[in-house]
Amino acid sequence: MAQAKTQFGYRRHPDQDRPGANPAEHAVVVVGAGPVGLSLAIDLAQRGQRVVLLDDADRIGEGSRAICFSKRSLEYWDRLGVGDRMVEKGVVWSVGRIFHGESQLYQFNLLPEDGHKRPAFINLQQYYAEAYLVDRINDLPGIDLRWRNRVSALERRNDSVVLTIETPEGAYRLNAHYVIACDGARSSLRQMVGAEFAGQVFEDQFLIADVKMTAEFPTERWFWFDPPFHAGRSALLHKQPDDVWRIDLQLNRYADPAVEKQPENVRPRIARMLGHDKFEFEWISLYKFQCRRMDRFIHGRVVFAGDSAHQVSPFGARGANSGLEDAENLSWKLDRVLRGRSPASLLESYHIERSAAADENIRESTRSTDFMAPNSHQEARLRKAVLSLAKETEFGKRMVNGGRLSVPCSYDTPLSSPDADAWAGGPRPGCSMLDAPVSPRGGETAYLTDTFRQGGTYFTLLGFGNGAAIDVPDGVKEIRIGGANGLGDTAGLIAKRYDAAPGTAYLLRPDGYVAARFRHPTRAAIAAALSRAQGLN
Amino acid sequence: MALSTSSNFALPDDAFRAVVEAHRDLTDEQSADFDAALVLILANHIGDIDVLREAIALARRRMIDGQQQQQQQQ
Ligand SMILES: Cc1cc2nc3c(=O)[nH]c(=O)nc-3n(C[C@H](O)[C@H](O)[C@H](O)COP(=O)(O)OP(=O)(O)OC[C@H]3O[C@@H](n4cnc5c(N)ncnc54)[C@H](O)[C@@H]3O)c2cc1C
Repeated sequence: MAQAKTQFGYRRHPDQDRPGANPAEHAVVVVGAGPVGLSLAIDLAQRGQRVVLLDDADRIGEGSRAICFSKRSLEYWDRLGVGDRMVEKGVVWSVGRIFHGESQLYQFNLLPEDGHKRPAFINLQQYYAEAYLVDRINDLPGIDLRWRNRVSALERRNDSVVLTIETPEGAYRLNAHYVIACDGARSSLRQMVGAEFAGQVFEDQFLIADVKMTAEFPTERWFWFDPPFHAGRSALLHKQPDDVWRIDLQLNRYADPAVEKQPENVRPRIARMLGHDKFEFEWISLYKFQCRRMDRFIHGRVVFAGDSAHQVSPFGARGANSGLEDAENLSWKLDRVLRGRSPASLLESYHIERSAAADENIRESTRSTDFMAPNSHQEARLRKAVLSLAKETEFGKRMVNGGRLSVPCSYDTPLSSPDADAWAGGPRPGCSMLDAPVSPRGGETAYLTDTFRQGGTYFTLLGFGNGAAIDVPDGVKEIRIGGANGLGDTAGLIAKRYDAAPGTAYLLRPDGYVAARFRHPTRAAIAAALSRAQGLN
Repeated sequence: MALSTSSNFALPDDAFRAVVEAHRDLTDEQSADFDAALVLILANHIGDIDVLREAIALARRRMIDGQQQQQQQQ
């Protein structure tokens, strides 16, 4: 783990000297410094909030865990000021191959078109991502990151939450207006609010090993059904930075984890796969995957985000990526509520949008896991039929499910204003904005996601010029494409991706989702969509 | 109702016979494999999830009716 600092010291904070009956008061306390808590804290701080971030450990999580970070996550991290660093270190990829036995069934490209700033995915060890986020926090004012601070009790009051926090020097208390629980799949805060975490456990076990070796395999995701080196089961090979390779091997449900995890037992399995044993282990772990979610993500003033709220099996890279989408969805809403600009009920839309997203992620990753580990003879038989049909038919290929990789969810949400005009394409309200190249006058080509980010994290009106200036409500930033003063659309891709004609305008939320779109925007229509998206009516 | 249950073949006996003959000389295990592939091929050809769901519901109903009849006979 060269170059990134991963061990952090505990430091006493003056809050710990307060008498228990009169604890220090904070607007937001985020519990858990995993990828979700760290990103959320940065986002809130960039909006001007002061954040206390607590973590029970004094180091970054063990093992690589998440490796695939999506385009959407990279665009979010761009907004948090860490995107470049992640992409520079990460392994960029967009192609996957699926094999059955000895032969390739098909290959896919997750981003077959040009004109996007970020690739479909990068692979990066989760500990690097976390380390870069911590570095960013240290460069930002406003975040008070306290290591070895473990929340051990939670008391819900009418208008605040009192946390009891254990440290190496004893316990202290904090009073928070809002607590955001990003404390992972085994969330203790979830237990403290008495919430269930219901769902499905998959019986088959998966052996996950990160091995270090120099190899010539391309930077693609390779997935096998029934490979010669691991008969009857599935396998995955994927490259990470530093010559580290992720290998997943499906084991049966009766495998003994203690035995299977022993390096001397893992080594021959991987040597069979690679055809040599010139590799070192970085990390070995054995998992039984689960798909579960909380019924409600909001419990009074305690809001759950990331793995604490929902857990998925990793086929599809939907864990950390969906947790980051939680963070970007929640932070602007919480910021508005804390400033008194929107009523607390705006937060309910976080639950509506992100719990529906969790359902979609769980559905997708459950289908993938079931396809890899069929539950009955007949399920196995249908899978066999699909795999054999895939050799000669296109429809068979498309039914083969070796993981459906994370893409942003579309929201069916009270914050959207339904389309009133006719559209033949483009992102409808509730969908995420699309990237495309833009050319500033006399400047170098840039990207729409950059322009969006540079304007700050407000509501944005993306307008396509027709000469007439659009009357934009206060507090809404404008990006203008074409017309006399607008940005150029040299490649013509923005107009195409947004189904835009002169006069078209899109109202974008601070998280880059479309709130409304208009063929002939009027100030009144924009204002109505804006107040709806801000939870004001 | 999206699923058509009126008789669509000019010669229904030919259609039935074609399926029956496809199973000749197969073991039960092979027959089951064959059926799985055939179902998926036909489902894709239909290409309409509502029709597929109705077809599944109709086939399931036959199973349940069959079970009940068996129970009554015992
Ligand atoms: C093998 C594997 C592969 C994966 N691959 C991918 C992938 O490719 N892409 C992807 O997107 N996701 C992947 N995931 C999922 C991903 O690792 C998780 O979704 C992600 O770590 C969740 O982040 P989080 O911040 O919600 O929780 P965590 O990362 O679990 O962080 C929770 C933090 O809270 C702290 N904490 C817990 N309790 C307390 C307490 N009481 N007080 C204070 N602090 C506390 C913990 O110390 C920890 O730092 C993978 C997971 C596994 C296991």
